[in-house]
Amino acid sequence: MCPAATQSLSKDVPLFDTDEIVQLITETGQRRTHPDFSAWVEDIDLTELRALYEDLVVVRRIDAEATALQRQGELGLWAPLLGQEAAQVGSARALDPGDFVFASYREHGVAYCRDVDPTHMLRFWRGSTHSGWNPFDYNMTTPAIIVGAQALHATGYALGMQFDGSDGAAITYFGDGATSQGDISEAFGFAASFNAPVVFFCQNNQWAISEPVSLQSRVSIAARGRGFGVPSVRVDGNDVLAVIAVTRAALERAREGSGPTLIEAVTYRMGPHTTSDDPTRYRPAALDEEWKRKDPLDRIRALLDSAGAIDDTYLAAVQQRADDTAAALRRGCLETVEPEPMSLFDNVYAEPHPLVDEERRQFAAYLDSFEGTDA
Amino acid sequence: MSTAISAAAPTTLPLGKALNAGLRRALENDPKVVLLGEDIGKLGGVFRITDGLQKDFGPNRVIDTPLAESGIIGTAVGLAMRGYRPVCEIQFDGFIYPGFDQIVSQVAKLHYRTSGNVKMPITIRVPYGGGIGAIEHHSESPEGYFAATAGLRVVTCSNASDAQTMIQQAIASDDPVLFFEPKRRYWEKGQIDPAAETSPLHRARVVAPGTDVTVVAYGPLVTTALQAAKVAADEGRSVEVIDLRSISPLDVDTVAASVQRTGRLVITHEAPVFLGIGAEIAARIGERCFYHLEAPVARVGGFTVPYPPAKLEEHFLPDVDRILDAVDRTFTA
Ligand SMILES: Cc1ncc(C[n+]2csc(CCOP(=O)(O)OP(=O)(O)O)c2C)c(N)n1
Repeated sequence: MCPAATQSLSKDVPLFDTDEIVQLITETGQRRTHPDFSAWVEDIDLTELRALYEDLVVVRRIDAEATALQRQGELGLWAPLLGQEAAQVGSARALDPGDFVFASYREHGVAYCRDVDPTHMLRFWRGSTHSGWNPFDYNMTTPAIIVGAQALHATGYALGMQFDGSDGAAITYFGDGATSQGDISEAFGFAASFNAPVVFFCQNNQWAISEPVSLQSRVSIAARGRGFGVPSVRVDGNDVLAVIAVTRAALERAREGSGPTLIEAVTYRMGPHTTSDDPTRYRPAALDEEWKRKDPLDRIRALLDSAGAIDDTYLAAVQQRADDTAAALRRGCLETVEPEPMSLFDNVYAEPHPLVDEERRQFAAYLDSFEGTDA
Repeated sequence: MSTAISAAAPTTLPLGKALNAGLRRALENDPKVVLLGEDIGKLGGVFRITDGLQKDFGPNRVIDTPLAESGIIGTAVGLAMRGYRPVCEIQFDGFIYPGFDQIVSQVAKLHYRTSGNVKMPITIRVPYGGGIGAIEHHSESPEGYFAATAGLRVVTCSNASDAQTMIQQAIASDDPVLFFEPKRRYWEKGQIDPAAETSPLHRARVVAPGTDVTVVAYGPLVTTALQAAKVAADEGRSVEVIDLRSISPLDVDTVAASVQRTGRLVITHEAPVFLGIGAEIAARIGERCFYHLEAPVARVGGFTVPYPPAKLEEHFLPDVDRILDAVDRTFTA
């Protein structure tokens, strides 16, 4: 048993020492109770569930629109989240505004929940900028491409929060493949040793590009955390309610000084790794079919349906909101103001740097030499 | 196993397919050659350079590794000590840094540290450079870091024929070789020259003869330099283009011989000019050809900025105009 997990907790937080997968809504949309986790989402009634469903629909629509924009040549690349909506929305809706998110490159759903304008998400993938927003405006980093790096950053940020006496927490997102990187192991080690208030949120979507999770780890991803003394829980990543419950519990552990938690959200990437990937080369279609039946949107919709909490008017309104968001996204994408050539030299350093200044002058003169020519 | 890519094979291939053919031959010729990397098996690598090789040689020769660059390189060290010749694929230039410590602290130094008792016949393949509209960390030119480390050889190909030959030479070398592949040229077709195999790995080559000025390029910019030479020719200027091929060691002799004929030198690469390979060449040519030079050596490269977002890369990357501008400078200086 990990020492951190034995400390007293405000609610009944389980000790996270099993590989059971926490589920609160079944695949067919029935609500289930869980001895440890139901209490964490007692306040979520049908109205709240409807709001969550709305989030899921809108996030899926943003993703579909961005994928379409990529196909139409407006974006260089896009990393679709299809299938992972509940893992992202559930975890992000458990956060306080003051918590800080250290994301990888697929967390468009998290960004949406942090109120990032979807248009700003696209700028990175369009190649217009390296960062679509100011991380401090939303307490969320822009995409991290180097797999695993952000887990260490989150750990450091969490340490800073701890030193400052803040009751906030840091959360970091990464994939199952990332857990093979040294940085993730090092983050687990640091976080456990320093009892850092950080939540490691692994979206185990079963694949790291073409490589199945079995190539990354012979034990559950959760078991990897436990080996470092990080209490770890597995949750049905397609069950938005269960994800909220475990994330709230993990955040609470962080806030009250019980240290890090690893959440393994077991989910599935239903599309390609990115728009340049061709999953038919490595992934059996039957597996895709199997996971389609566990669709995170279908199940909450079925639950709302059986509770008589939705009707056609509601569904039409949700769809309309999703379509409006997509239309705004498309407009924003097409209206992107592209960077000026001379902005190449901006922000390389925070303080003046003679070599950069010299190159800036030389390049400006070079560009000026084309003035009046048709080159 | 078929050994005959040779006779039946087409004589024209895209650079990427030529690499695949070279790797296939290396696997056929030496049972100790093993390939390792992320997604190189079933998927054939994100650029398909290893396409079909796992199917034909099996998962112990073409190994899909966990997602860990330090793991890939560090494991290769152990395999090499056991008599294997590992060929590591790093998926993109910007992902080599998690493996950097293994490369510069271990791979580069083990032969020296063990008084020559341990050999490191490891090839590390890196698709590098920009021009494909990619996101961050996918367009870098990190060759200088490795060329700055003693114990490593650093080479780069610019055409299909060299790609096919040089990859086999790199694998056959008893030294560790960083093999940089110009990813934006993977789809460019070229003749496979049967005579290429006699050209040593470390030798630069004059790829277009000229009399007025020497332009030295390597990797992705050789094509650009040749285009610039053509435009210059239309304007009445004869440009000699040298494909460096090997960055470490540098074949200064070939460059110096050219400069002694032309009296002028322009060096171009995608990596920033500051402390780039061009600086080393300029210094050495300054020493060797001081009295032959009609003008200061000119360099054309990236700026002192991180590789920019895709919408700005056309300004960052040396193009025909910037190379011609530098050529002009060597005439007006
Ligand atoms: C250090 C590093 N190595 C390789 C890559 C290339 N790459 C990008 S995403 C990816 C797979 C990641 O899989 P996983 O961690 O499971 O996350 P997922 O993409 O499935 O969400 C790879 C190999 C990278 N971005 N960074």
